[in-house]
Amino acid sequence: MSNVIARLNQVTAGYNGDAVLRNVSIDIHSEDFIGIIGPNGGGKTTMVKTLLGILEPFRGSIDFPQGKIKIGYLPQASQIDRSFPITVKEVVQSGLKPKTRWLPTFTHEQKQSVERLLEETGLAAYIHRPIGELSGGQLQRVLLCRALINQPQLLVLDEPNTYVDKNFEGELYQWLQELNQKMAILLISHDVGTISSIVKTIACVNGTLHYHHSNKITPELLKVYNCPIDLIAHGNVPHRVLKKHD
Amino acid sequence: MSEFIALFEYRFFQNALIASVLISILAAMIGTYIVSRKIVFISGGITHASFGGIGIAYFMGINPFLGAAIFAILTGTSIEWISNKGKVREDSAIAILWSLGMALGIIFVFMTPGYTPNLMSFLFGSILSVGQSDIMIMIILTTITALFFIIYYRPIVYSAFDPEFSKINGLPVAFFRYAMSVLIALAIVISIRAMGIILVLSIFTIPQSTAMLFTHNFRKIIPLSVLWGLTGSLSGLFAAYAVNIPSGAAIIFMLTIQYAIIKGLMLLKMAIKTGKDRS
Repeated sequence: MSNVIARLNQVTAGYNGDAVLRNVSIDIHSEDFIGIIGPNGGGKTTMVKTLLGILEPFRGSIDFPQGKIKIGYLPQASQIDRSFPITVKEVVQSGLKPKTRWLPTFTHEQKQSVERLLEETGLAAYIHRPIGELSGGQLQRVLLCRALINQPQLLVLDEPNTYVDKNFEGELYQWLQELNQKMAILLISHDVGTISSIVKTIACVNGTLHYHHSNKITPELLKVYNCPIDLIAHGNVPHRVLKKHD
Repeated sequence: MSEFIALFEYRFFQNALIASVLISILAAMIGTYIVSRKIVFISGGITHASFGGIGIAYFMGINPFLGAAIFAILTGTSIEWISNKGKVREDSAIAILWSLGMALGIIFVFMTPGYTPNLMSFLFGSILSVGQSDIMIMIILTTITALFFIIYYRPIVYSAFDPEFSKINGLPVAFFRYAMSVLIALAIVISIRAMGIILVLSIFTIPQSTAMLFTHNFRKIIPLSVLWGLTGSLSGLFAAYAVNIPSGAAIIFMLTIQYAIIKGLMLLKMAIKTGKDRS
């Protein structure tokens, strides 16, 4: 296929010499919506960090066949210090690409785009508020705005549904489906049941990667690859999974 | 009253006043970064490790604050390096550098033949003995820091808030984090001259905490910290003179009292408000 925008090629990666991820290969196309599932410590975040270029792979390569692409990134909520004295506007602005690397000044249009995006997402009233005053869902929305402000071709989300209420979760998934019209999306989650209904394909990461070119979760997938082990911890999710198989 | 006016005619008191103003401005900028990034403990490590440099400098017969600056910069940048590598527990590494620096300082001061310097003035500072050359260094460092903050405000804040995201976005995060650790080290060392090793962190944290009672906007915390740093250190300076107590301790006392009064007033205001809402 010609519309591959990013490719992991036999990537082995990890921390301090220990490989968490072994020989992982995947093609990401411009219209993909991939759900990445797998147990904690299975290498989901490692894979994404390698793709984002913040972690050097031990072996293998990351290629962008159509040239460098813009990637929007939403980190895990635990990575954000909510007591840091920074305003909503500043957070979203920090996602803008400055014209020069060493003197980050933004154009008038760029500044306007921040305000416009915050308005569109219903955050206009919070623009000058420090992030410490926001709810979990509002903060996630702000961080998603930061990821989107550059109009990326690929959006990477690491567990966007932690620390948010169910209400926002539904809203988020709808939003992601709209965004998928314009960009490829990589969504990490351990909540298999929910994401299987919104993603187009599922990749299972547990040391190695097993890519399923559909969004159906089969018992084989769970058993054969011993994949989302922490499913057991999520009360009603396995039930939902079995239902889907019917 | 006339006694107070006469005070301003003394050179040493003029110098102390100028030093208070300069340190308040410098510490407001650096301290806001320290408090926001929650690296007060790292700054404590830098402060105490610098004593090793003071001891060695005495032993070798060079300017003790040059030795302190070198030690402080080395400590600050190595802690930043350690926390990036993540192989050693950062807090343990800080504790080791912290106590090693103090130990080296004591050993070398002890080994220095002849005149033994007054340890007390390093531990507790002496703002009243700040000289013309100290003031010059303070002016230069405050100017450099202010320019750095004005020009690079955004990358400084972004790389402190979310270094990983900023790195992905193409910001030279490592440069700004190392540059800041050098500025932190230098600001601490020059302030030790006035406040002493044990007391110096107060001017980098208490005015910021007071400012954060009013705002959680990085940009606004800095000028508010200048204000609270100034009122605290100037009133401390006068109190020290009036009751004849050490100036460093008096300044900290005033900074804390200031914080406590404002916090108390805010709690009171809130209590009244909730009382009204209930009735």
